[in-house]
Order: sequence, then structure tokens, then C-alpha cells
Amino acid sequence: MSGLHAQLQLRHGSFRLDAEVAAPPRGITALFGASGAGKTTILRCIAGLTRASEGRIVLDGECWQDSATGHFVPPHARACGYVFQEASLFPHLSVRGNLEYAWKRAPRTARTIDLAAAIDMLGLAPLLERSPDGLSGGERQRVAIARALLASPRLLLMDEPLASLDASRKGEILYHVERLRDELNIPIVYVSHAIDEVTRLADTMVVISEGQTVAAGSVPELSARLDLRPHLGRFEAGAVLEATVAEQDLAYGLTRLRFDGGALYAPDVDALIGERLRVRIRARDVSLALSAPRDASFLNVLPATVSAIGEAKGASLDVAVAVGATTIVARITRKSVDALALAPGKPVFALVKSVAIDRHSVGYS
Amino acid sequence: MNDLLAVWLTVRLAAVSTALLLVVGTPLAWWLARTRSRLKGSVGAMVALPLVLPPTVLGFYLLVLMGPSGPVGALTQSLGLGVLPFTFAGLVIGSVIYSLPFVVQPLQAAFEAVGERPVEVAATLRAGPWDRFFTVVVPLARPGFVGAVVLGFAHTVGEFGVVLMIGGNIPGATQVLSVTLYDHVEALEYAQAHWLAAGMLLFSFLVLLAVYGRRQSMLARI
Repeated sequence: MSGLHAQLQLRHGSFRLDAEVAAPPRGITALFGASGAGKTTILRCIAGLTRASEGRIVLDGECWQDSATGHFVPPHARACGYVFQEASLFPHLSVRGNLEYAWKRAPRTARTIDLAAAIDMLGLAPLLERSPDGLSGGERQRVAIARALLASPRLLLMDEPLASLDASRKGEILYHVERLRDELNIPIVYVSHAIDEVTRLADTMVVISEGQTVAAGSVPELSARLDLRPHLGRFEAGAVLEATVAEQDLAYGLTRLRFDGGALYAPDVDALIGERLRVRIRARDVSLALSAPRDASFLNVLPATVSAIGEAKGASLDVAVAVGATTIVARITRKSVDALALAPGKPVFALVKSVAIDRHSVGYS
Repeated sequence: MNDLLAVWLTVRLAAVSTALLLVVGTPLAWWLARTRSRLKGSVGAMVALPLVLPPTVLGFYLLVLMGPSGPVGALTQSLGLGVLPFTFAGLVIGSVIYSLPFVVQPLQAAFEAVGERPVEVAATLRAGPWDRFFTVVVPLARPGFVGAVVLGFAHTVGEFGVVLMIGGNIPGATQVLSVTLYDHVEALEYAQAHWLAAGMLLFSFLVLLAVYGRRQSMLARI
């Protein structure tokens, strides 16, 4: 078995963890859930910093913990990199000292990256002689990522590395995390409670709620499931779909994106024809109509079929509609559902007001 | 002449005791800083006891324990080491116990200030437990070590009651500075007493200046 398989049980006061996490051998697996859901505890158990009372952790066939036999590999013997929420650089060492600390301890035969490559990959050359005290939050996090890589891990764990950064720093680190995903040949488990980070970065996701695994699967698949709505967050809720750039209309500044089931126009997409993108359509940006409006400003009018109607919360509810093989979600009022007599199987038109592009998130393969 | 001998003996006693205090105090302070054991409170109180106990009380019990009929005395005799009271070794043991809180407490505070996180980070970077301690905890706790060494040394130099109880007054073997000073005063040799007393005063002031001056410059850097 390749990749990571972890089954963990732990009790801590009234908190009970009973989760299962699997990650494929490449790419980012997001652990998604609200604060306090147990995501960090899961990462700590995988790294061996916290010992799950019951469980089994296997990476690429190598067993790190098996409570059935009492087998437990201590954290320093696991080839597991960990990027903490706060960068946690060693304050008594310079940036170079921090990087060398990891590099010296990686067994020679297991080294997957050298100092120069890590420094280059995260753009650290100008910072090497600086003390961690003098670095910005984003710089510190970049050093922490490079340091984790220099331990030559076979699994990289990242615990909300953007949480303590402001918006512009977030963008900087996101770019680096995307590069890691595309260039590293190891599984990355990425903890987040921000759905936009997850849809931009992750290929697969595991939804955690109150210490339990609620769902696991590909990001587009899970994002369209109405039953997961309470866990995915109401305001940002939306469907994620994978699309290819089909046409650039330079006169109007519009880009035609083809997906499995239809096509969408999006403004000002800086991408090449043939490039694959991940597109996010928020539920509140989608309306439904029984006939295609001829005199409205909507560019994107997609023939669709109602596939499921979610539970009402107050005045509005979510309706999943199938556009070919792709599912998107519309948030409309209960009154409209009744007025249009919407029910599963009913043909409708999905009117999409705007789309967000989470670029390059499908990789270049 | 006896005065110089006493100064030299005191310095030797303080140096040996401080070295032993680091060996004993470091693991003890580490345990106290990290443990969640129920014993933490009682062990911490035991370590702190010399802070409040009259030194003569401590010296009395040490004398009884290490004397020919005490359990420690019986043990050292059966090992062919003789009895410890009125020897340099006995003084060292007394000093280590007497100065223990002055070494353990700064170290414990420093270890607590280091926290779990740097140690965990080192573990994820493949550093084993000893490696983590010496490459992360010790450098980060350096101010604690400096404080512990200075206070342990200075406190041992100044001890009197414990020495008098278990060491007595043997020139070159157990006659330390503070006891010699007492002898001078008893004999009304005030001029010689002044030399020793003023020397001690200056030494103590310089030690504290070093500790507090350091703290100031550390604050200034922040």
C-alpha cells in the first residue's frame, strides 16, 4: 500500500477522536473542519507527537504505530516533516542554522533535497544570515517550510501555515505550497478551516467534525454534496469544477472554459488555451429559472436538472443541479423553490452570475 | 596564612559543589518543569526546603545521617570510605543540598520558559531526546544556566551554619572563609576580620552586579 493510511482513536477529557485519514502518494490532502474539530490532534498523532491510544498509522507500507501490537515509532524516527501554525524557528540559530539543523540530521542515504535546492525553492538566499527575530511572518513560514523539507521527509504535514499571516503574505505562501504540491513526490496533509484554501490547493479532502471523519473524497465531488453543507461553511459554500481553457475572446476580455457537461464564460482569466483550471462557483452566485431568459445580463445560462434539494435554513436553501456530469449548487429562497415547484428530476436553467478561478490547481499533467 | 588557606578551600568547595549541583540539579529541574506527576508538588517543596530551614537544622540532620551510627554513615563505612562529617567530601554533600534550590529554581524557570514547542520541532527534524536537549533546550535555557551557576557558587561561598555543624573548623580541610571570619571576631582580631568581610562584601556585590547587569542588557536588547 502506498500513501498514508491512519486510523486514530483518542480520548482527551470530553473530546473524543475517532478518525480515519488516507492520503494518496502525491498531492495535497486537506484535513478540513471547524476550529476544535480535532485536525491538529490528528496531525500530531501522525507525527508521533501525541500518542493515539488506539490506532494504526502506515506510510508506504511502513508501520509507525500499531496499538494492537504496541508498536510505536518515536517522532524523531519517523520520516515526517511538520510545518507548525506558528513558524517556530529556533531563535538561537540564524536562518542558515535552522536549515542546517534539519539537513545535518537527515540520513545521507535518504536525502531527497539539498540545501541549495531548498534555499532556491523558497527564495531564502537573501535571508540566510538573518536571525529569526528580524523576519516577517511570511519569511519565517518560508524558512519553516524549507527546514521541514531539508529533513527529507516522506510525508509532509502542514498545520494551517497561513493562519497567522495577513492577506498579502497568505498569497505568497500559497504560491510556495502550490509549488511543493507540483514538485514534491510525497503526500502532503494540509490542515485548514478555510474552504477557499482547500479548493485552491487540495486534490482530495477529508472532512472532520467533532473528532470524527465525516466524508473523504475528491474536492469537486465533496463540494457538490448538499449533506456536507453544514460542515463546509454556509457563506463560502459552492461547487468546485475542473475546466479547460477553450477560447480567449480578447475583444471582450472573456475566456471560455469547457467542463464536463458544458462551458462557462469568465472575465479576465490569465491562462493559456488548453490549460486546466479549477473553477469555484459559489452557491449564492447561482440562480435557477424554468426557461432561458433572453433579455437578461447573465452570460452563463446552463441547462441543468435538479438532483437534490437541501434542508432549509431560515429563508433560503441549497439546490444541487446536474449540468451534464458536473454538479453545481444554487442558493435560493424557499419561496422560489415553491414558486418554481422544484423537485429532483425537474429540468431547469442555472444562471451563473460569476465564477472564481482557483488557478493551476489541477496541476499541469 | 590560615586566611588564604580558607579562601582557597572555599573556592574549591564552591567550584566542586557547583559542578555537582549542575549534574544533580539539571535533570531534577527538567523533571519538575515537564512532569505532570502528582509528586511534583512534594518534590518541589523538598528542593525548596533549604530556602526556609535554618542551616543549623539541616546541618544537624546531615550530621546524624552521615555520622557513625546514621544510615548514610553505616553505608559509607561498609564501603570502606569512613564517615563523612569533618571531611571535605562531607562539606560538598552538605553544600549541594543547601544550595540545591538556588540551582534548581532558575533552571526550572528557564526550562518552563523554553516550552514544548522547540523540543517538538526538533523531534520532527529527526533529533533524538539527548540531541534535542543539548542542541535546543540548553542553548535556549542559557540565561537559566548562568543564573544557576552564579547563585549556586555564591551561595556555597557564603554558607556558615551547615559547615559549622558537619565540618567543624579544621584548617585546610573544613575551615572555610565564613568560619574563619567568625574565629577572628571571637578572638577580637577585627583587622583581619575586616579583610575577609570586606572581601566577601565586594565579591557578593560583583556577583549580583553580573547577574543584574546581564538582565538589564538582555532587557535592553528586547
